[in-house]
Amino acid sequence: MTDPSKSPNGGWTPRIVAFFCNWCTYTAADLAGVSRLKYSSNIRVIRLMCSGRVDPQFILDAFSRGADGVLIGGCHPNDCHYVEGNYKMLRRFQLLKRMLADLGIEEQRLRLEWISAAEGEKVKRVVNEMTTQIKALGPLGMPEKFRDWDQEVIELAHHVEKSGAAACCCGSAAAPKDSKAEVAHV
Amino acid sequence: MKYSYFPGCSLKGLGRAYEESLLPVMKHLGVELQELNDWNCCGATAYMAVDEGKACVLAARNLALAEQNGGHQLLAPCSACYMVLNKTQHYCQDYPQMKETVDRALASVNLKYSGHSTVRHPLDVLINDVGLEAIRQKVVRPLKGLKIAPYYGCQIVRPYATFDDQFNPVTMDKLLQALGAEVVRYPLKTKCCGGSLTGTLPDAGIRMVYILLNEARKRGADCLATVCPLCQFNLDGYHAQLRSQYGDAVLIPTLYFSQLMGLAFGLPEEELGLKRAAIPFRWRPAAPVAKAGASVAVA
Amino acid sequence: MVNFKEDIRIGFYVCHCGHNIAAMVDCPEVAKYVATLPNVVLSRDYKYMCSDPGQELIQMDIREHKLNRVVVASCSPLLHEHTFRSATEAGGLNPFFFHMVNIREHNSWVHTDRKEATEKAKGLSQAAVMRVAKHKSLDVKRVPVNPEALVVGGGIAGITAAMALAKAGKKVYLVEREPSIGGHMAKFDKTFPTLDCAACILTPKMSEVGSHPNITLWSYSEVTKVDGYVGNYTVQVKRKARYIDEDLCTGCQDCITQCVFKEPKFEDLFNEGLGKRKPVYIPFPQATPQIVLIDPEVCLNFKRGIKPGQEPVVSDKCKKTCVEACGEKNAIDFTQKDELEEIKVGTIIVATGFKTFEAERLPQYGYGIYPNVYTALEVERLVNASGPTGGDVILRDGKEPKSIGIIHCVGSRDKKTHVWCSRVCCMYSLKLAHLLKEHTGAEIYNFYIDMRTPGKGYEEFYNQLLDEGNHFIRGRVGEVTDWAVTKEEEGKLVIRVEDTLAGVVRRIPVDMVVLATGLEPQKDAQDVRRLFNMSCGSEGFFLERHPKLAPVNTFNDGVYIAGCCQGPRDIPDTVAQAGAAAAEALALIDTGYVEQEPNTAYILADCCGCKSCIPLCPYTAITYDETTLKAVINEALCKGCGTCVGSCPSGSIVQNLFEDDEIFSEIEGVLAFK
Repeated sequence: MTDPSKSPNGGWTPRIVAFFCNWCTYTAADLAGVSRLKYSSNIRVIRLMCSGRVDPQFILDAFSRGADGVLIGGCHPNDCHYVEGNYKMLRRFQLLKRMLADLGIEEQRLRLEWISAAEGEKVKRVVNEMTTQIKALGPLGMPEKFRDWDQEVIELAHHVEKSGAAACCCGSAAAPKDSKAEVAHV
Repeated sequence: MKYSYFPGCSLKGLGRAYEESLLPVMKHLGVELQELNDWNCCGATAYMAVDEGKACVLAARNLALAEQNGGHQLLAPCSACYMVLNKTQHYCQDYPQMKETVDRALASVNLKYSGHSTVRHPLDVLINDVGLEAIRQKVVRPLKGLKIAPYYGCQIVRPYATFDDQFNPVTMDKLLQALGAEVVRYPLKTKCCGGSLTGTLPDAGIRMVYILLNEARKRGADCLATVCPLCQFNLDGYHAQLRSQYGDAVLIPTLYFSQLMGLAFGLPEEELGLKRAAIPFRWRPAAPVAKAGASVAVA
Repeated sequence: MVNFKEDIRIGFYVCHCGHNIAAMVDCPEVAKYVATLPNVVLSRDYKYMCSDPGQELIQMDIREHKLNRVVVASCSPLLHEHTFRSATEAGGLNPFFFHMVNIREHNSWVHTDRKEATEKAKGLSQAAVMRVAKHKSLDVKRVPVNPEALVVGGGIAGITAAMALAKAGKKVYLVEREPSIGGHMAKFDKTFPTLDCAACILTPKMSEVGSHPNITLWSYSEVTKVDGYVGNYTVQVKRKARYIDEDLCTGCQDCITQCVFKEPKFEDLFNEGLGKRKPVYIPFPQATPQIVLIDPEVCLNFKRGIKPGQEPVVSDKCKKTCVEACGEKNAIDFTQKDELEEIKVGTIIVATGFKTFEAERLPQYGYGIYPNVYTALEVERLVNASGPTGGDVILRDGKEPKSIGIIHCVGSRDKKTHVWCSRVCCMYSLKLAHLLKEHTGAEIYNFYIDMRTPGKGYEEFYNQLLDEGNHFIRGRVGEVTDWAVTKEEEGKLVIRVEDTLAGVVRRIPVDMVVLATGLEPQKDAQDVRRLFNMSCGSEGFFLERHPKLAPVNTFNDGVYIAGCCQGPRDIPDTVAQAGAAAAEALALIDTGYVEQEPNTAYILADCCGCKSCIPLCPYTAITYDETTLKAVINEALCKGCGTCVGSCPSGSIVQNLFEDDEIFSEIEGVLAFK
């Protein structure tokens, strides 16, 4: 397999994972296609029945597996096929944004957009905008970061082991050996 | 209510009567106008026609100055200034290349234009910020019996219809009615006044002036009310030519709406620049009606 | 990868779709790449996967290569998922062992770099291959379809659809907002290009609807609530108070003659305000049902000054000569109130029509300023024999016009108002030109941008009009004014226009101006759309499921659209579309059941009983079982949105077809490749 962080034409290009609801945004993306609108190819759409199905874990998982951005598309408020799934997503989104900020993930990397089935044009605009923004931010590189952090933790564990209990005055002994494998990706 | 005030060249020159009447009227309404320090040409007419980039730089410098002074609301009474300043805002928003040109030029004099300032027209401010009710309350000498043809000219509603309808603007109609005047229906209210044609192709320009004045007269107007220095100049200044071209001078006066406001507010006549017009405006509103309380005191 | 039960054996197919995909995606390259992925035993590219040979290929491969999973990378699943699921099933597998990759609408049609598009196709395919390995066998649930149908809107579209269903022996409810069915067509005088009298061809249909045993006609009624799902809708209809008992009124109209108002003096909306009516009235002579109604806003027996939206209050101040006239029939009931009825239907046809563009929005054309400027719909009434002037073209100022200007494209093909072409205006302008010439002998000027006359006999009609000596001036009119330059223009309306064929600006003085106003969505189209869970296009007309292949379907199965509510169209097209909508509804009714996507959710034994999912469900499908101390999902109520699944803190809810595992695999898949 080619290096996932390189575009086929060489150089880095963002990878955006999108979760589109079946009724509005996925259909809008279909409409963009039927209308032959052109937008950047950095987006990979995963179809769900409703934006309400988007589990925050999906988003974190996408980031941790190397996504540089995550886009969620749902019906406009009041237009949800399932009454208010989009509103439930909005609530989760607000909370998740705070969490991402704590993790040091820039807020532009996660975006929630209401795109109705008629708004093919908006799909194009949002995807292009987001691609430009994320290009400016550069790669997120979570997998690499995880690797580095794992390394740091392992080194720290070694260090603690070496310096022995004498150096530890707070009483908490070094992390048990077998826990280091647990550190990453959870 | 506080605004940065951009007079432009006209209000200091040919259209001095506009400034002379507008400033006291605004003051009377409690509107504070602060003249933009070190303003320059707005970039209208010749500049715009020859080089849009340079014209926009000129206009943007004024907008940048307004922003720098914290005056994000820039009042531009002259129609040409109003249009060009608006145009510059639109161009900078819509054309990144134009924004770049402007940014580069302004940077060389340590100025920056962010696009946050808004350009306002006095009619817009009077109707939407001051409000007709407040204006009505200041009227002490209603323009009762005066028939006015409201003439907006082309530039304040076209191409950008910012605060009024593009084809049938009504803000000045409402304002004049609030002053107690009778507004005649004037379908030519946004037609060209002849603009600079009166100077370059006089036959065509004078024809347009004739159409406007003649139609106002036909509809029984005592005068025209305008918002634009160039319109006022064209409609007021070519009666001799009208006589030679059409054998009919159509001696109907053209006033700024602000002069009519001043009259209705009972401001001193000599401060309203009325004498600057070529066609004298002789009509005067009746003296203020003595208030009920006052008449009792006399009795 | 070995599964305990079975080896996963995936067959992968990438479709060229002629050049649609192959031009932008290197399909053989995608197939080659997917062949290297785990579990893939077969990977092909093929010209048209949706063709019969394409589908047979899948079936054959399933048997020959013992495939147990199928992935097709082609167009949108909204288009062909069903096709390929069926092929998978025909090959002997459970249809849900199939997954589809959209590399046309989401890829080849929207990208410009072949290399990038090919890489994207590989990534999406890999995701599908990883996902499909997790798929489980699922059963489709069949739900019976209620054979009764609802048609909303009683214009020519609704009438046609209702009749088609009724003739097929189905019970139909026809709900119309106005007091009579007939819609816009009932207002027209003649119809183009044949000049059939609109009333002559429409009224027999109207009475047929009114008397058909299978049709329950509810006029002066509105749908207020729709619940349920395809095959089983519960609909609430508000039947507005007419103050007349519909069962008792015979339509004799004695009450109208005997009303205390001797002369009609209230605005007659059916005649576009050109005529007058009394407080008790029937909208027009052929109204169906033939039942009068009372307007409480002007009837003397009701209190004045009631705000709109408030319930009218009886004042009992009138002599009530109408009640006297009604006599023993006793049909007048001032105490009548709006009533709510609930009906159960399986299918719904929405035919709520259009609204004409408000000419006041273009003040340069002088509508509402100059009395002799008319809209086309007003002229329809003006030339109509049963119209306010009895068919004589008398202007608002009492004169007969000697010259008439018809301005086309008012509110159409204009960035400032509506960009679309309203399709009917050129033709109805021609018709009105003909009728006005016939009635008045006036000089007629048509001002057009382009003449658009596609349709059977339409161009011929245009030629006929040219031969009749009508003037056609090409150019969008600048303004209509009363500003006169010459003697001839004094007292006339002057149309100022750039004649783009002659290349000059012209001033044409006329006595009457007709504005060919365009068609736009109904004012409450957005509310109606929400009511029936449909979508609107950006211009506000209801959105069809597919512009070519599903023009009467909506995204809500069981709800169909017909007529101008979907977009401007003429009567022949409307009638054809209404027939199509009825046929779609009939197909569903006669099938007798619908298959429901098995994407419902269920709760695992791990549920800790936190109850956080319960308030999230908009269908109250989740309840708490006090004995097991766990949540329970009622599968019959679950619609499969997955909102509860996305928020279960313990991960104990599973959505079929969208299981966490499946989606995580998809995420992993799309990111495995650039």
